[in-house]
Amino acid sequence: MSESRQPGAPDNDWRVQYWKRNLRLMVGLLVVWFAVSFGAGILFVEQLNEIVIGDFPLGFWFAQQGSIYTFVVLILVYALRMDRLDEEFGVDERDAEGNRL
Amino acid sequence: MSAIQFWTTIFIVLSFTVYIYIAWRSRVKETAGFYVAGQGIPTVANGAAVAADWMSAASFISMAGLIAFLGYDGAIYLMGWTGGYVLLALLLAPYLRKWGKFTVPEFVGDRYSELVRTIAAGAAILISFTYVVGQMRGGGIVFSRFLNLPVAGGVAVAAAIIFTYAVLGGMKGITWTQVAQYTVLIIAYLIPAFAIAQTITGFPIPQISFGSVLAELNALSIEFGLDSYTEPFTARPQIDVFLVTMSLMIGTAGLPHVIIRFYTTKSVRGARYSAFWALLFIALLYSTAPAVGAFAKFNILDGVGGTAVTELPDWIESWEATGLVTVNPDVDTIESISNNAADGADLTVDNDILVLANPEIAGLPAPVVGLVAAGGMAAAMSTAAGLLLVISSSASHDFYFRRVKKGHASESEKLLVGRLAMAGAVVIAVIGGINPPAFVAQVVAFAFGLGAASFFPTLVLGIFWKRCNAKGAAAGMSAGLLFTATYMIWSLYISPGSTVLNISPEGIGTVGALVNFAVAIIVSKSTEPPSEELMELVENMRYPAMTRRDGRPVEPIAEQAPPAEPGGV
Repeated sequence: MSESRQPGAPDNDWRVQYWKRNLRLMVGLLVVWFAVSFGAGILFVEQLNEIVIGDFPLGFWFAQQGSIYTFVVLILVYALRMDRLDEEFGVDERDAEGNRL
Repeated sequence: MSAIQFWTTIFIVLSFTVYIYIAWRSRVKETAGFYVAGQGIPTVANGAAVAADWMSAASFISMAGLIAFLGYDGAIYLMGWTGGYVLLALLLAPYLRKWGKFTVPEFVGDRYSELVRTIAAGAAILISFTYVVGQMRGGGIVFSRFLNLPVAGGVAVAAAIIFTYAVLGGMKGITWTQVAQYTVLIIAYLIPAFAIAQTITGFPIPQISFGSVLAELNALSIEFGLDSYTEPFTARPQIDVFLVTMSLMIGTAGLPHVIIRFYTTKSVRGARYSAFWALLFIALLYSTAPAVGAFAKFNILDGVGGTAVTELPDWIESWEATGLVTVNPDVDTIESISNNAADGADLTVDNDILVLANPEIAGLPAPVVGLVAAGGMAAAMSTAAGLLLVISSSASHDFYFRRVKKGHASESEKLLVGRLAMAGAVVIAVIGGINPPAFVAQVVAFAFGLGAASFFPTLVLGIFWKRCNAKGAAAGMSAGLLFTATYMIWSLYISPGSTVLNISPEGIGTVGALVNFAVAIIVSKSTEPPSEELMELVENMRYPAMTRRDGRPVEPIAEQAPPAEPGGV
């Protein structure tokens, strides 16, 4: 590896930081993804079904409704947070006039 | 001609006229420079196009019917086919968009080697093909009911239309046609769902109101010899529900015809938002489907169960002609209902007809029935055409052009090979569609298992692990694919019904993906790392912009040595 690309070298420090923050966000969202669908919807569905909210057994609701809504929100949160992160590190894509693409 | 046939013809002809008109107009605009660099397609429109491409006959026609008979266990399809978008948005789409090569074989060809490209092209053909079989069956059911043909005839008509549609060419590339198809299919799905919710519960939002029939549905199901509706793991054991859901999710993320759509966005950011809009549009249908399934089952059990055979509603007679609904001739009253002929129930209803028959079952007017048929065709068409194009481009470009002719073939030669591959695929798909190995949604689930075991691990490692090399990827992909296909063939044909540890052939893709990951990592670790240049290219996938805003380039190495084209053009 050439010297200039060593992680932590002054010029590339931002790359390490950017990537770390991206990964942290990604892992956080994937934990929610797993917990809601596989956790609430499959692994603990029987326990949650004991609770009935608005005619729906809760585990059944998570498996057939709740997890789908959660997925949509997760992607939106990811896109919005990445917008902020890209901007903070100056790697957001802009056209010649400086408008965001 | 009955009122239903009349309205079906009207809606199908009308919707097809709209698709062709839009396609023709967009072509005119295209030559006039409408889509020239930088203009791009709005992410909302792109999202709708992804949704249309994605939601096939399996989603539209088959899924709610399966859920009706599976009850809770139908959640494998609901979560499996939506959760994959989270993986796609977070792990693949933005990075592949940044890389700039858009078919899966193209990407792995650049990232790894020509050998991996060939394996990927083979896998793309195999997966798309399995998937097309499901579409043919779905389209065939629509025609068989509304043209009063046996299923085989319906499949042949659907195949002829889909083939013509795909060969017309270009349509698939024209996003606006798919936006129109999405509009038709979602309206066709939601209108009857809202109407049925209103009729049964008095509240029109199906997502909320289907809760109120669940308790009664559980009681009715048990009365007619079926499993309680909300009870989990009646159709599949817990471990299998887990594995099938995971397999569908990671299969979704690796499907070649979906990934290809993310390069019509103008930026990495656009790819993220496209994924969001796509899933939002998909969720509209997917959150409605479980309600449709519950209402359909309620209607059948409540309306038909305990009725004398001589007094059965009209829809049963009209669907009996297709052979997809059968009444046991030896009984006087319907006392048991099943979706499987082998059960010997008094009334057997095929899963695949429920959505199409639902408006009739609920007694909605004929135009609504016609609209649903048009929606089903839109779903089958948009997906089948996209899949046939993946098959033909993989066969002509990745196999014939790159491999057989080593880059020396004329455009017309490539086109011919592509069309031959497409025609061959249609013929075999018709045979498969007439004698499917399982229900539409299940056939499709096999395609996802194969995708999960081959593409997803190879793509994720290619993006997130710079050290992964061509040998590792080739070994991993072959091992995953071989393992999964072998298990499916063994469990379906060689020793029908046998499984290891209760893992069904639909769920084996998850294990196949683990095999792929493990083999790829071990082989990569024990062979030489990829070149410095390649690793730097992989690193550059991480940063959306080409340059940082203060003017410093994001890619120091690429400036010194221009990016290598490992495939060679």
